[in-house]
Amino acid sequence: MTEPIDERLRSELQQHGVWVTSMQELYNWGRKNSIWPLQFGLACCAIEMIATAASRYDIARFGGEIFRPSPRQADLMIVAGTVTKKMAPQIVRLYNQMADPKYVIAMGACAISGGPFKQGYNVLKGIDRYIPVDVYIPGCPPRPEALLHAFMELQRKIDSQKLSGADKAEHLKPEQPSEFPVPLFGEHDLESSANPGVFHPPEIERA
Amino acid sequence: MESLEQIKARAERAVSGAQIAIVPNPGPAQQSSLLIDNEHAFAVARFLRDDPTLRLDFCSNVTGVDWLDRVVKKTVKMKRLVDGEEKEVDETTEEKIPGYLEAVYHLYSMTHKHGPVIIRIRTRDRGDGARLPSLTTIWRSAEFQEREIFDLYGVRFDGHPDLRRILMWDEFVDYPMRKDYREPDDYEWEPTPHDEVLEKAKRHYTQRPELDGAEKITAGGDALNR
Repeated sequence: MTEPIDERLRSELQQHGVWVTSMQELYNWGRKNSIWPLQFGLACCAIEMIATAASRYDIARFGGEIFRPSPRQADLMIVAGTVTKKMAPQIVRLYNQMADPKYVIAMGACAISGGPFKQGYNVLKGIDRYIPVDVYIPGCPPRPEALLHAFMELQRKIDSQKLSGADKAEHLKPEQPSEFPVPLFGEHDLESSANPGVFHPPEIERA
Repeated sequence: MESLEQIKARAERAVSGAQIAIVPNPGPAQQSSLLIDNEHAFAVARFLRDDPTLRLDFCSNVTGVDWLDRVVKKTVKMKRLVDGEEKEVDETTEEKIPGYLEAVYHLYSMTHKHGPVIIRIRTRDRGDGARLPSLTTIWRSAEFQEREIFDLYGVRFDGHPDLRRILMWDEFVDYPMRKDYREPDDYEWEPTPHDEVLEKAKRHYTQRPELDGAEKITAGGDALNR
C-alpha cells in the first residue's frame, strides 16, 4: 500500500472524468455489494428474513439476494431464530465450513441471548458463546427494516476493513482461527457451555 | 355420547378383570377422566377404539404428568365422648401417597364426531417401575408423543416400536419435565437478573474485597445512623 491519495486531488480528477481508487477500496466495494447469505432459518425470525429477501423489502437492492444452500458458497450467516442446544453444534459446524472472509449476523433476541427462552434448559444463551458475531439485531422478531439496517452496518464494516498493516482484517491474519470447536452433547448440557476464546461477557462487579 | 360412568361400566364388562376408576376434575373444564390399570390398559384401549357406539378412532394428544410424593391431610369431624359429654372433634389423618408418573390420552371419534374421552395410565413409581404399556399399536398418532414422554419424563413404554429420545440428544441422561429436575448452571452472564435467576447468577458474581462498606448504605440510611 502506498500513500493514500489526497481527497481534493481525487475529487478534482473525478470532475475531469478520471476515477482514482485503491486496491483496498475496489476490493471492499466489490465484496460489500455482493454478500451471499447462507440459506437457513431457525424460528420466527426466519420469516422476517424471508420477507426481507422477497419483493417488498428486497435485499437485492443491497446485493444480498443470493441465498446459498451450501456453506461453501456463503459469506454471511444470518442466525435467524432460537438456537436450541441440540442445534448449536450444527450451527458451529456450518460456520466452520464457510470460506473466509465470513460474517455473522445474530438476528433477534434469541440468537443474541436466548431471548424469552433464556432460562430454558434447552436453549442456548446466545450464539456468540461459540462463534464471533459481527452485527446484533435486537427485536422479537426484528422487522425487515432492522435486518436491512444490520446488513448496511455489515457493509460499512466490510468497507472499513484494511487489507494490510497491523490493523488488517481478522481473516487476513494467519494466526487468527477461522474454525471454532464444535460443542459436544454432554449428559446434562453442552460441553462446554461457552468457548472462552470467543465469549467475553462483560464482567459486572456487584457487591 | 355416553357418560363416563356408562363407558366405565361397559368397558369393565367387555374386558374381564379391568379396573377402571373415574378421576374427577372439579375445575371449570369439567373434563373427568378414566384411570385404567396397566395390565388391562391395552385391552380397554382397544375396546374404546373398536366399540361401535364409541369408536374413539383418533388420539389427538398424549401427555405426561409428574406427581411427586405427597401427603394428603384429611380433616374429619368425629363425635367423641369428652368428659362424659358428646362433642364434635376435628380429627386429622395424614395419608402418604408415593410419587408416580402418568400418561394422559385425549381421544376423539372421527366417525361419530364426539369426544374427548380422556384416559390415564399410571406407573408404579418414579424409579425403575416407571413403565407403561404402549398404545401406539392402537393409535398410531401416539408414537411420537409417547417418545416425547419417554424423553422428558422417563416413562418406558413396553411394546413401543421405536422408543428413543425425540427432542433432547441421545447422550442426555436427565428427564427435564420432571418436577425434581435441576437445569445446568449456565448463568455466568445475566444482565438483568431477578428472582430465582438472581439467586443463580449470584453464584457467579466476583467479590470485591477492596470495598469499604459504602455499598451497605441503604435507602433507609441504616449504615449511616449506626
